[in-house]
Amino acid sequence: MNNILSMREQDGPAPGLLAEALHRFVRHRLGMLGALIIGGLIVVAIFGPSLAPHEPDHMNFMSPFADPSREFLLGTDDFGRDILSRIMYGARVSLKVGFISVGIAATIGTTLGMIAGYTRKRFIDEAIMRSMDVLLAFPTILLAIAIIAILGKGVTNAMIAIGIVYTPIFARIARGEVLRIKNEDFVQAARALGSTDAAILVRHILPNILPPIIVETSLSLSFAILAEAALSFFGLGTQAPDPSWGLMLSESRKFFNNSIWMGIFPGVAIMLTVMGFNFLGDGLRDALDPRMKNVR
Amino acid sequence: MNTRFIIQRLVFSLLVVLGVTVVVFMIIQLVPGDPARVSLGQQATEENLRARRERLGLNRPLYEQYVSWVTNAAQGDLGKSLITNQPIGPQIADRLPTTLQLAGLALLIGMLIAFPLGIISALRPGTIIDTVATFVSQLGVAVPDFWMSILLVLLFSTTLDWLPPSGYTPITENFRDWLEHMILPAMTAGFISASIQTRFIRSAMLETLRQNYVTTARAKGLRERVVVLRHSLRNALITIVTILGLQMTALLSAVVVIEIVFVLPGLGSLTLDAVDARDYPLVQGTVLVMAILVTTINLGVDIIYFLIDPRIAHMEQ
Repeated sequence: MNNILSMREQDGPAPGLLAEALHRFVRHRLGMLGALIIGGLIVVAIFGPSLAPHEPDHMNFMSPFADPSREFLLGTDDFGRDILSRIMYGARVSLKVGFISVGIAATIGTTLGMIAGYTRKRFIDEAIMRSMDVLLAFPTILLAIAIIAILGKGVTNAMIAIGIVYTPIFARIARGEVLRIKNEDFVQAARALGSTDAAILVRHILPNILPPIIVETSLSLSFAILAEAALSFFGLGTQAPDPSWGLMLSESRKFFNNSIWMGIFPGVAIMLTVMGFNFLGDGLRDALDPRMKNVR
Repeated sequence: MNTRFIIQRLVFSLLVVLGVTVVVFMIIQLVPGDPARVSLGQQATEENLRARRERLGLNRPLYEQYVSWVTNAAQGDLGKSLITNQPIGPQIADRLPTTLQLAGLALLIGMLIAFPLGIISALRPGTIIDTVATFVSQLGVAVPDFWMSILLVLLFSTTLDWLPPSGYTPITENFRDWLEHMILPAMTAGFISASIQTRFIRSAMLETLRQNYVTTARAKGLRERVVVLRHSLRNALITIVTILGLQMTALLSAVVVIEIVFVLPGLGSLTLDAVDARDYPLVQGTVLVMAILVTTINLGVDIIYFLIDPRIAHMEQ
């Protein structure tokens, strides 16, 4: 009887567990702050066009390098474009790159990690994980730059590059989790009942390894947004005249003597977003997986 | 047992480096279309294209290209730049010291900030100084390195006019000039490094301060300084050394970015220039050297870790 009960508990998070996790998350002050920041950012990214006070590309030749004022809340850039509106549009780029690149990393990484952890053939495990070790041997930004050297500049290739760079982290986490639970009773039971390996992986193992993957997704989003900003800053990611926070900061360097605002506000936007995802990730970790508290 | 552990790590590192060479070698092969045309541009004549293909070795079978590339690389011959036609090895040797100096200086600054801050906040958890330390370390992780470079230049160069905004003087020419040019980049990387270190030093110290041997040391009436430094910190060092090592990859990543912003002649700026000029052999060379550097550092950390705490080898078994 006891065994059956524990099997039920293990087979995917029960509704009671989710409610408990939600309860823990709501009480996590930093986590809630993160959720608030990211929620606000998503709203800005979706409704940017109707919220932004000006067109992001509209040039006011009469007022370049304007200081913050009632008309231009965060000032204007060298073309007299409204910095606030450009930052609001830039939120779209950052979030898009973040979600797509981490989506690539999480999907490929988790799949590879699960296969490596589950397979009974040692050479498959070794081949996958040693390839991941090789990718981890490169300083992250340098690997991204090298991949862009192959694929060419542009925001799409930047997303692919960032996705590849963060794949090994997900593979390692997924493999570790699979190794931890693959000999549990509920997996053995599913196997005894004749489930195929693929079905066991998707239906029984995946739901149980999701919490750390979700946490890592939130933390990786912050790294991905930083990486996109850095690549665009170097002219390898988003290309002008599209508004991207990294690109805006890069352009600001030419005009330090005219205006400091161009070099400050886009950076604040990046910093808040990264903090938002980090806080959210910490909150999710404490809520979903209390065992992992203080691991990172 | 000792040598066995070290040999195991050495073999593992060699395998990683072998994998790295495959990845780096593939950089040219994976360029969509014809790398010769991509590097020469659309206007290239058929004759030039043929010459370029030959120079890149693209007309030979893949395994033959790889074997000859790896054999040459192992002897320090990384080929010639497509743009300047100069050998790549000496160019990298020329730039490597700047990158290493910046990384070393940054690590030093990071440790000088992180050790006192991490230890004090672990000794007084929940107090104002602990909150400040936590906040500063969260901030350091969230601030993009290139943006912090801009802010420091705005403050120390544009506004206060204390330090030069960019440029470089080799350490062998004039130490003072070198330091003046290095201090802003090193502070940027150092602050970021400190923010990560502080978190780990704090938690490692909290862990050891809770141990029975610390309570015993206090009960014996030892002075607090001795308890903290000799009993707690010494044991926390095992964790800290590993973290410092793991952090070197992140630090090298930051250094690559920062030297580009400050126009320092290091490997990062060399790589970016090479990417801009589609100088694939040069990209291969810089990326290969950086990856080998990271692998060597990781190997070094593993060995130091083992020397500090021989139990590690038993655990690995």
